Amino acid sequence: MSAPVADAAEAPAAGKPATSGGWRARVVTPQLPWRVVFIVVLALGLLAPFVLDPAFRLPLFTKYLCYAIVGVGIALAWGHGGMLTLGQGLFVGLGGYSMGMYLKLHEAGPGNVPDFMSWSGVEKLPAFWEPFRNPVVAIIGVIVLPIIVATVLGLLVFRQRVRGAYFAILTQALTAAFVILLIGQQGYTGGTNGLTNFGSFFGINLFEANGQRKLYFVTAGVLLVIFLLLRLVVASRFGRLLLAIRDGEDRVRFLGYDPTVIKTIAFAISAVTASVGGALIVPVVGIINPGMLDIVPSIELVIAVAVGGRYSLAGAVIGAVVVNWARTNFSEDYPSGWTYFQGALFIGVIAFLPRGIAGIVPQVRDGVPVLLKRLGITLPTRSGPPGGPPAAPPPGGAPVLIPGQGTPEAKEAV
Amino acid sequence: MFGKSWRRLAPLAVLPALLLAACGGSGDSDGGSSSSDTIKVGLLHSLSGTMAISEVTVRDSELLAIEEINKKGGVLGKQLEPVVEDGASDWPTFAEKAKKLITQDEVATVFGGWTSASRKAMLPVFEGNKALLWYPVQYEGLEQSPYIFYTGATTNQQIVPALDYLAEEGKKKVFLVGSDYVFPRTANKIIKAYAEANGMEILGEEYLPLGSTEVSTIVNKVQQAKPDVVFNTLNGDSNVAFFKQLKSAGIGPDQIPTMSVSIAEEEVKAIGTEYLSGHYVAWNYYQTTDTPANKTFVEAFKAKYGSDKVTSDPMEAGYNAVYLWAAAVEKAGTTDVEAVKKASDGIVIDLPEGKVTIDGATQHVYKTARIGLIGDDGQIKEVWASDGPIKPDPFLKGADYPWASGLSS
Repeated sequence: MSAPVADAAEAPAAGKPATSGGWRARVVTPQLPWRVVFIVVLALGLLAPFVLDPAFRLPLFTKYLCYAIVGVGIALAWGHGGMLTLGQGLFVGLGGYSMGMYLKLHEAGPGNVPDFMSWSGVEKLPAFWEPFRNPVVAIIGVIVLPIIVATVLGLLVFRQRVRGAYFAILTQALTAAFVILLIGQQGYTGGTNGLTNFGSFFGINLFEANGQRKLYFVTAGVLLVIFLLLRLVVASRFGRLLLAIRDGEDRVRFLGYDPTVIKTIAFAISAVTASVGGALIVPVVGIINPGMLDIVPSIELVIAVAVGGRYSLAGAVIGAVVVNWARTNFSEDYPSGWTYFQGALFIGVIAFLPRGIAGIVPQVRDGVPVLLKRLGITLPTRSGPPGGPPAAPPPGGAPVLIPGQGTPEAKEAV
Repeated sequence: MFGKSWRRLAPLAVLPALLLAACGGSGDSDGGSSSSDTIKVGLLHSLSGTMAISEVTVRDSELLAIEEINKKGGVLGKQLEPVVEDGASDWPTFAEKAKKLITQDEVATVFGGWTSASRKAMLPVFEGNKALLWYPVQYEGLEQSPYIFYTGATTNQQIVPALDYLAEEGKKKVFLVGSDYVFPRTANKIIKAYAEANGMEILGEEYLPLGSTEVSTIVNKVQQAKPDVVFNTLNGDSNVAFFKQLKSAGIGPDQIPTMSVSIAEEEVKAIGTEYLSGHYVAWNYYQTTDTPANKTFVEAFKAKYGSDKVTSDPMEAGYNAVYLWAAAVEKAGTTDVEAVKKASDGIVIDLPEGKVTIDGATQHVYKTARIGLIGDDGQIKEVWASDGPIKPDPFLKGADYPWASGLSS
């Protein structure tokens, strides 16, 4: 799914109609390698549930994909919109708890209160729980609640032109407040324990191999759909405006656009993806608790996107999968010291790969010629075959608005 | 001189190294030996995060028990092979690692957990996979999973006897202080029901978020309320701040004593004896408990981990769990979960806290309640004990607890 890395090559090509007709010109385009990669990844994704052990490895992989769903939203808000959202846990929580409440009520059966309420002395189901008996309401909640919260917050905050670190701190503070609320209201939320102990998810038995496969396909399907939709968003006029705001908000304002609206929409989209990811995590890991949404996990979500490459949606997917997979492996092999490896991974990537894993290709492409030049080696220049498609423009020639290819100043403008 | 270009190419070196670290590692665990002359058992405690300081000690005592059993020839003639995982003080991680131990390592049983939240997160995993968990810490009761054995105290073996003791001592006015999570809240619910039935008065009930050290408000309230005793269910770092502030406010155990249920020898060492000496604690075991089995346990623990180490109730309960499971397996003649559960009923062995009997109906153990007084040397001296081991009653349904009838539904 590394397609967006190809944006650099794709965008200029899209701008110019193919100069020569025929199937060859249509197939052999600069983005061909990325299309091949995308198809290979899809094929691997289809194979995964039949290769991975459905009792353990497959649910773990499904969990990574849930984090990838959250990640693509962060890549949109942060990488494309310049909004560093350090509090995505809030939205993960809105989705996770909406789903958890439904599953808990489903488990308790009609007329009963969830088990933790009776421990905490709550005998009657609170009114705000009641609608979540209905699965449709729960799913609507997963989508609508984050939109409401993000829109209200966005309109208030972006109108006041709160940006950068202030915005990051604000999102973080809201997440912390949400977590304190959840922990403090044990009788209504399950407190620190969170909501756990569910056996099924919309008729899927979570303890059966086939149930886990179904859950995987649901999650992978949702990721694919969200990923492709966000690709459309990024490529649209709206996506270009968002990049323009990231790189020069005042200029966009002077051109007559309202950055508040555009940023709020992007923030709300990232909130919904986080919420959907959060809702899917619940049946996959079997629990939703405040510790999963707290400040540190929220920062870890952002780090995963940074590791993968925040300027690229595919990078966010790669980052979420790589970071969580590394976490699983390190902690299984070195239970006493795995946190050091995790830290080394973060430091290594941030120090050496400022554009993340997805930025390796452009980084190497730019780096090799410079290195060779310094070493005094000259390569024979390539020339496009006569009659073939036009050679991709040199990397430096890409328009400023292309993700990951912005001006150096713009890239740091978070 | 090639700074910039080298930096751009560095990923080429970084990535393969990281991939090797991850792949190389995972190769080891997948190719682990599963020879049939050992029995794998899982140990799942937090080795990182806030709970690590407490849980590492339980893991250590469980490893000691495994080592001792192996020296005596193992279980069913096979050596025990511990598989250690890190719960990372994170409840979903506990569930994930429990699943890994059960499905990937195919362990015969798991010893693990400390916080109630971690147990609640693991419960569906063990029930769904029909595997066994031995949980070694005192807890809030109101639970009885068919796939969990509870070797720590339930409420009628710790909190209720502590209240009986306070009532005997004529302490009528109680102030409740606790961390904000399920154990203190449920414990306080029970205490309030008890107080109502026994003519005690609750002067206040205050909670601190886990790990918070903002205790001055609470200390002020305690000072103004002037209770006969503070019932303390704070956990972890909050205790350090609470006892220091209490002392600096001039409140010593002579003015207002405290009864703590989460402070054991290990915590006394961490908080500082000068703040705690003279205060009360309620447990089922102390390092000073006078039994032959305890003498051996304390000596063996110090020999293995260092002479400055102390032993505490949860450590002892973890150590017991390994022995109790081993006895049940020997009796069943197999490690099969259902057979072990069936065989466990009525098993009696001499352990550091005295004779320990498994109650098959509740899968809890009989425990003697002990009230201790913290001394200047950091050791805890027993000042009161129940008449022999108390039968576990996690739901307080028994005839002895009529006041508790409204607590569980």
